[in-house]
This record gives sequence, C-alpha cells and structure tokens, in this order.
Amino acid sequence: MASALINVPKKAKRGEVVEIKTLISHIMETGFRHSTTGVPIPRDIITSFVCTYNNEEIFRAMLYPAIAANPFFSFTTVATESGTIEFMWQGDNGFLATASASIIVE
Amino acid sequence: MSKGRKTVATRRQFLAAAGGAATTVFVSMRHASATPASMASAIRQITGEAVVQAGKVQLDVPPLVENGNTVSLTVSVTSPMTAADHVKSIHIFNEKNPQPNVVAFHLGPRAGRAQVSTRIRLADSQTVIAIARMSDGSLWSAKADVIVTLAACVEDL
Repeated sequence: MASALINVPKKAKRGEVVEIKTLISHIMETGFRHSTTGVPIPRDIITSFVCTYNNEEIFRAMLYPAIAANPFFSFTTVATESGTIEFMWQGDNGFLATASASIIVE
Repeated sequence: MSKGRKTVATRRQFLAAAGGAATTVFVSMRHASATPASMASAIRQITGEAVVQAGKVQLDVPPLVENGNTVSLTVSVTSPMTAADHVKSIHIFNEKNPQPNVVAFHLGPRAGRAQVSTRIRLADSQTVIAIARMSDGSLWSAKADVIVTLAACVEDL
C-alpha cells in the first residue's frame, strides 16, 4: 500500500497561515514509455489530490503525467479552528490513498 | 545471373521494409511530443476567449536543470486571498512534453496565501507557463524558460 508523508504543524495561532507539505510514494508511469521489447507501458498515475480541513475542501490538484514520481505538494491554509486535516489521492487502476493530521489552534 | 537478380529483389524488399519501419518510427515520434500549438489549444480550453494578461504570477523554476525527471516548481500569485478577491485556480502548461498540461491547482480564500510548490517532469528544454484565474474572472500569467540536460517522460526502460 502506498505510504504518504504529511507535514502539518501541530499547533498554530488562530488566523495564522500554515504550510502543509505532502509526499506520497507512487511511480507515476507516464504511459508514453516503451519496454525493452517495444511494448507500450500503460499509464499509471495519480489523477487527483484533495485536502479537506474539518470536511471543507481547502486545496485540490488535478495531476497529469508531467508530475514527477512520488508526487510532492506544498500549499498553505489559514488555521481557523482545531480539528483534522484530511488528504486523499486518487488515480488509475483504482488507486486510493488517504491520510490525516490533527491541528490545535489556540 | 539469376542468382544476382534474386539478390537485387531481396535488397529491394529490404529497402521497402526499412522504409516502412522508418515511417512508423517517425509517426510515433511525432505523436509523442506536444507542440506550442497544442499548448495554445490546451490553454484555450481553460481560458476560453478571455484575455490572459501578463503579471501578478511568479513562476519559479530553475533556469538550468540536470535531470528533467524532477524539477522543483513554485508558483505564487499576488493576491489578498480574501473572500471577495482571491485566486480560484492555477494551471501549469508546457510546450514540449508529450502532453501540454502539467497540473491544475484549485484554491480559495482559505489558502491564506496563493503559493504552491510541486515537482514536475520536463522532456526537453522549453517554456513553462502558469496561468492564474482570479475570483473576478481575470486571468494572469507568467512564463519561465528552462534548459534540460537529461530529458524525462519518454525515455524507454
């Protein structure tokens, strides 16, 4: 199963802009390559990434084969209230991975 | 004599076969590369007929990269990121990868700051374009030229 690395600050001041970093292991096979025998290698990529903060969407990305293997994203959000930040990656061949992190807002 | 004729025929057959193979290779290579024109049409799919203005967007990509398999890219947009005035989406395009689209980010006022980083692949030295759509519907863009020494995406195993 895919493993994801999440970096969310544990604590933040109310209204502070916090940076969130995510990294997930995935080959991101482009579908444009051929094997040594000339057979095309089928596409196998992550196509979408969604981040929600207390069930409200705060960031979404649509991925194409031009995203490097092991997709990395860094983005920001305003720390509004304590709660959970959830992450979901979806891709080809029914790929689905989720992760979550909690944040305490003071 | 008859033996010589046979050789000629074989050579002809060989050349014909080789020519056919060369055409196939040429067609498949042409298929495997986006052009500035296909990038323009991919951009038009996002922007429609609206005017894209230069400015407000900063696109940070190293000008010279050794390995096109991982190129760090940071895009930021000058915006107060309030409910009334914020960045709705940022789209990244390239000229010469097999596909013109790279990634699309959707943000909102809850982002606080319109700045996103990721890592992309580049198949050749080319221009990368970022287009941001604001909440008022206006479109802003930035360009960056990148020289790539080792290409990505299409190399075989």
